[in-house]
Amino acid sequence: MMDYSRLLNKNVQQIKPSGIRKFFDIAATMDDVISLGVGEPDFQTPWIIRKAGISSLERGKTKYTSNRGLSMLRQEISNYINKKTGVNYDPENEILVSVGGSEGIDAAVRAIVSPGDEVIIPQPSYVCYEPVATLAGGVPVIIETLAENDFKLTPEQLLSAITPKTKALVLPYPCNPTGAVMEREDLQKIAEVLSKTDIIVISDEIYSELTFTKEGHVSIASLPGMRERTVLVSGFSKAFSMTGWRLGYACGPREIIAQMTKIHQFAIMCAPTTSQYAAIEALKNCDDAVNGMKAEYNRRRRLMVAGFNRMGLTCREPMGAFYTFPSIKSTGLSSDEFCEKLLEEKHVAVVPGTAFGAGGEGFIRASYCYSTEHIIEALARIEEFLKTL
Amino acid sequence: MKTELLKLLSRNARYSVQQLADMLGGTEDEITALIKELEREGIICGYKAVIDWDSVDGSAVSAIIEIKVVPKADLGFEEVAEKIAAYREVESVYLMSGGYDLNVVVKGKTLKDVAQFVAKELATMDSVTSTATHFVMRRYKELDVCLFDSEKDDRGSFSI
Repeated sequence: MMDYSRLLNKNVQQIKPSGIRKFFDIAATMDDVISLGVGEPDFQTPWIIRKAGISSLERGKTKYTSNRGLSMLRQEISNYINKKTGVNYDPENEILVSVGGSEGIDAAVRAIVSPGDEVIIPQPSYVCYEPVATLAGGVPVIIETLAENDFKLTPEQLLSAITPKTKALVLPYPCNPTGAVMEREDLQKIAEVLSKTDIIVISDEIYSELTFTKEGHVSIASLPGMRERTVLVSGFSKAFSMTGWRLGYACGPREIIAQMTKIHQFAIMCAPTTSQYAAIEALKNCDDAVNGMKAEYNRRRRLMVAGFNRMGLTCREPMGAFYTFPSIKSTGLSSDEFCEKLLEEKHVAVVPGTAFGAGGEGFIRASYCYSTEHIIEALARIEEFLKTL
Repeated sequence: MKTELLKLLSRNARYSVQQLADMLGGTEDEITALIKELEREGIICGYKAVIDWDSVDGSAVSAIIEIKVVPKADLGFEEVAEKIAAYREVESVYLMSGGYDLNVVVKGKTLKDVAQFVAKELATMDSVTSTATHFVMRRYKELDVCLFDSEKDDRGSFSI
């Protein structure tokens, strides 16, 4: 008999499984679950994007592309990033087309982090950063962002987390699950702290198009002195509703991208060809579609925030992504207890804040990537639930 | 805000003022006042529920009638359209470009009722030169609402 726990990689085995596994199982026994628990758009990929993908298949575009991605796509990404952030990346050697933003993050971490290097990760945030850093042999250093700071990373917190071993900072804004956004002044303060170090920023900007501040998304890479020390990771999943297409990109200094490309070419070869052709169309012709989706998300955002606050669950206004992060502390229940009871009694699915880090205790994540009617129904059931407590 | 409000009401006329105010980022008083203004100006002309009558017992029959009109000096397209619109059996009237002039949707209790209405009231009307009646066999989508089961949400209940 093979003793797998002895044989398999210890580091991998030690990584904790997803904190929402049990909720899947409970929900599976129910018919009429109203969910606010997913992390992907409800919109279909815009038709012209799908058509471009289909057309590429009809034309037989099913072979590998260049490792870095189709040069036409890299050119479009370069134009797009320049338009959106003002930063200029050379499509020849400063852009890598990846399998989703996920692979971009993973390749960046693996290219940057050597065993023992510390990686600063603000939490609550998306669950992949900690395990990805660990798998690369890095040491995650968690910073607990706070509700009173709107879950932004403060320069004081950053300063106190930096040690001589710090190699990288993950900057995930707009943030899943908090909806927090780092505006220009916030980023400037972080940049100032970083300028005195050799720390490399891995900026996860996957939700950048869904920024609801007046100025819109600002990339830390656009600030003075930051371009040479930032890897900008983004993708097509959230803004263009292309989650299943698995397409993203990383932009950065050529030396970093070169090492990332090495990892990518050996582990992945190239991102899906069909998705790459579709993505070219997305960048060229979908501004209107994206703006339409963004306006709809904005309406839903306001609806949900107002709804939660009205029923006594304090919900600060999230300025990005498509999540609200209301506090459930007033109920006296833990996040886990709240979500379990809500699911069992009212068949409403929300994600406990603790799934995103210990600092998520006392919060739940409710997504607004659902129709307004769906949101209204879910909020009504949550309100009924609160009355029973 | 006016256009956004109209789009929301057109999507679902039963949003409460509070919900509209939340979604549009305005106050309830602002929204109430805006709706009144739009109603007064005749921009909002009515509020209707979209019903799947085929699922209701004793359901009605409807037909699309293509009407050709030869307008006269004192009875132009406007007058004919208004005359037709006055009938309670008539659900909608549109002036069209192309092969015929007026598109009229007629509702009745039975096929026979509709056919008789067209024959007695529309075909005989002054200035009407021909009618072509097409019965609606099945409705799939009406006023932006899908009447069949639209796609299920594939996403499941949870994902990080």
